[in-house]
Amino acid sequence: MQCQICNKNEATIHLTEIAGGVRTEMHLCELCAHEQGIAIKTNIPINELLSSLLAVQPTDDELTGRPDKQLSCPHCGFTLDQFRKEALLGCPYDYEIFEKSLLPLIEKAHNGKTTHCGKFPSKVPRDARMQIELLNLRQQLETAVQSEDYELAAKLRDKISAIEKRKSDC
Amino acid sequence: MNAIRIMKLTDLSSDINEWFGGSGPLADIVISSRVRLARNLAGHKFLSRCSNAEKSDILKKLRDVLMSLDLGDKVFYISIDKAPALDRHLLVERHLISRNHAFGKGPRGVVIAQREFFTAMINEEDHLRLQVLKAGCQLSQCARQVHHIDDMIEQKVEFAFSPRYGYLTACPTNLGTAIRVSVMLHLPALKMTGQIEKFFNAARDMNLAVRGLFGEGTEAASDLYQLSNQVTLGVSESAIVTEFENAIIPEVVEYENAARSQLLTKQPDILDDKISRAMALLQNAHLISSQEALFLLSHLRLGINMHNHMGASTPAIKRLCSLKGSGDADKRSGLSITTINRLFMLTLPAHLQLNYGKPLDPTHRDALRAQIIRSALNG
Repeated sequence: MQCQICNKNEATIHLTEIAGGVRTEMHLCELCAHEQGIAIKTNIPINELLSSLLAVQPTDDELTGRPDKQLSCPHCGFTLDQFRKEALLGCPYDYEIFEKSLLPLIEKAHNGKTTHCGKFPSKVPRDARMQIELLNLRQQLETAVQSEDYELAAKLRDKISAIEKRKSDC
Repeated sequence: MNAIRIMKLTDLSSDINEWFGGSGPLADIVISSRVRLARNLAGHKFLSRCSNAEKSDILKKLRDVLMSLDLGDKVFYISIDKAPALDRHLLVERHLISRNHAFGKGPRGVVIAQREFFTAMINEEDHLRLQVLKAGCQLSQCARQVHHIDDMIEQKVEFAFSPRYGYLTACPTNLGTAIRVSVMLHLPALKMTGQIEKFFNAARDMNLAVRGLFGEGTEAASDLYQLSNQVTLGVSESAIVTEFENAIIPEVVEYENAARSQLLTKQPDILDDKISRAMALLQNAHLISSQEALFLLSHLRLGINMHNHMGASTPAIKRLCSLKGSGDADKRSGLSITTINRLFMLTLPAHLQLNYGKPLDPTHRDALRAQIIRSALNG
């Protein structure tokens, strides 16, 4: 079908509008649709990307040798099959229980990263807090070295050493 | 605990919110900044596995905590599952709640600061989604304020957190910092000069998401794009905000400014044609759809900003800036960005109907919209 505006290109966008009980149809090429101010999806939203990644993930069967139905969360009863359908987890424990299956997804969604760096609740235990502080400082050190701010890098290195010493003393 | 204050939505619908007023740093291109945090209560399931009774428990607990905070402004609570559809549409149009929250299921609500700089959605995809919005490019200020509010809440409840994975969210794509940093950008010149695809490609290469004014699929309507981070794990909140402020935003602003200069020096006829057509239609049309109004008002906004920030004075821009906007306090200074932004927001379907006082069918909405715009632009 040809675009009904330019009558040249193939119509790839088909719109149906129902306003005041009257139905109108438009068949446009991408170029004319742009000119008419009609939106075209230009990038894939993360949830769609996640669903497509989930679809190609190995099943629990493949990963653990156990059938899917045997692996369910004792806290919320969630299974990986449900996650594949909904792309949402059932409870915070699912991150531990399905870690093996989730890790490749987490890695893909977060550009290869698999460990938290940043804010943490004030009630987090001391050793966990030190672990996160070390990760934060190492990231800052990397940025300082990249921007050739060696004075800052030296300060950060000293802070890292101090925390490492405190950690080994604990 | 404070008594729950009920908000009259007509108090909101009669004017634009502060962060859409056209002020703030780089406001000719960066309309607004937003920082959102996702949190879940420890000891509860995520919402997809919660019964309505558990959702109600979470809602009550978080609502009570939020309503007891000192935010430096009056706060209101709206029960979304009980609110009429038109009210929910209005909150979406004002970017105070997401479309998912408006039309989701089960007990859910929103706490809103009266000046609309802060909202907290309870029982959206996660138990709690806190967001702070400001005019122009003010991401650091948004981040500081939302973290301050998060810290106050954390004194009263425990959030689901793992030292390895950070704040635990229902969807693994939000895991870690659970922060979403976003700016709303007005990029009409990149579109007019056929360079908007470059912006999309650059955003994709940097792992950033681009969405339209009201989410996926609404990009072309108004030349307004929301640009946000996708990676939330392994990068600290401050590193994400700094990258936006020091690298990403300056680059996009430079692209758009270069495209505006290109229009002015090399393609003034294209620029004047778009502005003149937009003026002619908006000043004379008797029926105008919301999409068409957004599309045409975008061109007027471009013309006024090019006049104010670049000293542009092509024949069409001169005519545009000599219009006496009826909403402008000082009529000698001509049509202002605030008037354009007000038309932008107040002619959206739910605003139009709430301000009119009753639901209208699409044809009556189009007629009322055209009338409001005509009278605003014709003085």
